[in-house]
Amino acid sequence: MSTAHQEKHLLEGLAGEDRNVVEQIYRENYPMIQSMIINNNGTVDDAADIFQESMIVLFEKAKTRDFELNCLIKTYLYSVARRLWLKRLQQMKRFGITSEATMETIAVDDDLEMHEKKQQDFNLMDAAMAKIGEPCKSLLEAYYIQKKPMQEIARDFGYTNADNAKTQKYKCLVRLKKLFFAQYKHTE
Amino acid sequence: MEDTLLIDAAERFARGEMSAEEKKYFEELRKNNPELDQTVVEYLFFLNEVEEYGKTRKIRHIFQETENKLAGEGVIAKSPLHGKSKVVFLWKKYKRTIAVAASIAGIISIISTVIMSSISTQKDNKISLLVSKINKQGQQILDIDRKTDQIAAKQDHNHIAATPPRIDARFRATGFMIDANNNYIVTNAHVVKEALHKLIVENSKGEQYVAEAIYVDPGSDLAILKVKDETFNKLPPLPYNIRKSNPELGEQVFMLGFPKQEIVYGEGYVSAKNGYQLDTIYCQLSTSVNEGSSGSPVINKNGELLGIITSMENNADGVVFATKSSNIYKAIENVKKMKDYDDIRINSQPSLRGVDRITQIKRVRDYVFMVKGN
Repeated sequence: MSTAHQEKHLLEGLAGEDRNVVEQIYRENYPMIQSMIINNNGTVDDAADIFQESMIVLFEKAKTRDFELNCLIKTYLYSVARRLWLKRLQQMKRFGITSEATMETIAVDDDLEMHEKKQQDFNLMDAAMAKIGEPCKSLLEAYYIQKKPMQEIARDFGYTNADNAKTQKYKCLVRLKKLFFAQYKHTE
Repeated sequence: MEDTLLIDAAERFARGEMSAEEKKYFEELRKNNPELDQTVVEYLFFLNEVEEYGKTRKIRHIFQETENKLAGEGVIAKSPLHGKSKVVFLWKKYKRTIAVAASIAGIISIISTVIMSSISTQKDNKISLLVSKINKQGQQILDIDRKTDQIAAKQDHNHIAATPPRIDARFRATGFMIDANNNYIVTNAHVVKEALHKLIVENSKGEQYVAEAIYVDPGSDLAILKVKDETFNKLPPLPYNIRKSNPELGEQVFMLGFPKQEIVYGEGYVSAKNGYQLDTIYCQLSTSVNEGSSGSPVINKNGELLGIITSMENNADGVVFATKSSNIYKAIENVKKMKDYDDIRINSQPSLRGVDRITQIKRVRDYVFMVKGN
């Protein structure tokens, strides 16, 4: 049972954004995915892209509440990467994966569909962030990505106190919301 | 309640930071005010999206750092970096992290400049604009042009030599007449942008005339030139008419342009109603074009002008984008408002319907010009 325990530890670590865990998962799985892609018409850069995206899918999965992975992380990453790479090949109109899967795969279609939706939302938010301008962009990034406390943000951005910074943050947020929904409703 | 107050409340509510009393008050407010409740629901959804976005950016950053670290140790293979330019090197190395890196306070402005320029070049790499740049070899090409002219002049009395040229051209593209009465010519905005000093138009006989860009709209990639030269011989009304409605899928079209020093004919069909990334300003054609084709008229078999060749996709064969002709009308409306150019009118006497292609080409040829400049 030690393997199952270890795997659980890794997934919890990944969900908790633990750098050491991320590094361990990279070390244990990267070479396998890389050779799969290189053996199927891909480059080392394609491998890096696909692996990172597969990691995002795993991260999204690990974050969901009462999540259980009913296979090994290795199998999951391989299945996701293989599907992603197949799709990429199709988009590029190169011919598909010729060699058979060298290891066991599982169905990941639902997870990928979910990932695609999330990726779409991410891109919309990214576009809105790019449009919002400074200082809003940095202010929101400091708060929502770097998770800095308001006092620190107030100091860094030269606001007299945390309350002023907070008011500014909410103004920025209202603007971001407008930009985001303008696009969001457009794509629906 | 003000927007910012409401979003503050929504955020504290979502994070469970409200006191029991405040929460009760907030929930009652939502219950009694459906409109406000709707707004709160929207905020809660939005705040969740922001949180998710933040998390994804953070984890991507961690992934990227891990990848770089392992690449440094040789665990992960990386393609060798090409190019000696430092910025290109940095861009390639940090392609994926650069957005995150930008958030680090202090270097924000510097990095974001790099990102913006990199992103825009990234995007531009997928499509190319079809201006032929003569650059350093400009003089040589002109020399060749002149020699060709001399030889041609000996053999063909109709060929009027381009010499002496008005300018040493640095680029070449195409344009065509839209108002033969007042000598207005349409080409692409990106063509005109190339002209830093002088702009001329040259007809298929090699006669050059000074022109001025009086209207440039990068949005629809259209520019309108006026021929300023007094020596320019007025042409009869246009043989083609300019279509107001959108092109139809599958319409057969032909083009005349200057991908080289002489006029070149091309054929194709409308393959999609919108352009690159579904841009509605453009339509997509299936044909082949070359540098210098920018600004070429796209005409159907009935002699209706449907568009203006603008760009092509790099990663696909024969995918060409043309600005839809309806944009010409918009441009003309704007030019009419300008004090000195309110005389612009499309005057056409369509004469292409029902005649064979060779006759059509002969009739259109004189209305298509090389646009050159330096």
